[in-house]
Amino acid sequence: MDIRKTTDSGTLSAAITGRIDTTTAPALEAELKNSYDGCEALVLDFADVEYISSAGLRVLLSAQKVMTQKGGMKLINVSGDIMEIFEVTGFSDILTIE
Amino acid sequence: MKELELEALNDNLPQVLALVDEVLEAAHCPGKIQFQIDIAVEEIFVNIAHYAYKPDVGTATVRVEVMGEPPAVDITFIDSGVPYDPLAKADPDVTLSAEQRQIGGLGIFMVKKTMDDIKYEYIDGHNILTLKKGLVVE
Repeated sequence: MDIRKTTDSGTLSAAITGRIDTTTAPALEAELKNSYDGCEALVLDFADVEYISSAGLRVLLSAQKVMTQKGGMKLINVSGDIMEIFEVTGFSDILTIE
Repeated sequence: MKELELEALNDNLPQVLALVDEVLEAAHCPGKIQFQIDIAVEEIFVNIAHYAYKPDVGTATVRVEVMGEPPAVDITFIDSGVPYDPLAKADPDVTLSAEQRQIGGLGIFMVKKTMDDIKYEYIDGHNILTLKKGLVVE
């Protein structure tokens, strides 16, 4: 997994590439935690995310909880397979997905 | 049938998935189904790694077999840790808001939702959990 971050007037965009699984989710969580202070809103670009397990869902849920207190969080470019995981787990209702 | 015995550690997950993917690819499993099976395998294996032998480390056996027409895969996980039936756990409420959501239980819930059948048995000191999934898109 790889994360590419860019900031534009308070909005942090993080483009994630690869797999978000048990072995990679802690790195994503750490990367996001380091970023919260400097940003008002968070955009996660899922275009190149190939896979997400419950370990990744946990990271998204905690990020959502933090960003709700700030300017919000949204996911963009979510693929069909990943979207299905969000639907099965009810995450499609609690995340903002564009 | 392919089988692998290894230490039940998160770090060994890639080896388990490599075995499963090798069998699924040889059986021409559609990508979408392989994706769901990989997630289920991760959830079950990581569960064993976290709970079976805590705080020690023990071994797990993973067995993968494709059978039948139309083909279906059976994936069996065997460990000799503490008796633990992951299916006995209550499902999380997936209708709650982000603030009310609990972090646990999602993994097993995803497995239940995406696999065709899950069977748990405790026999002679072994937890035996078998996942079944058809390899044809409905």
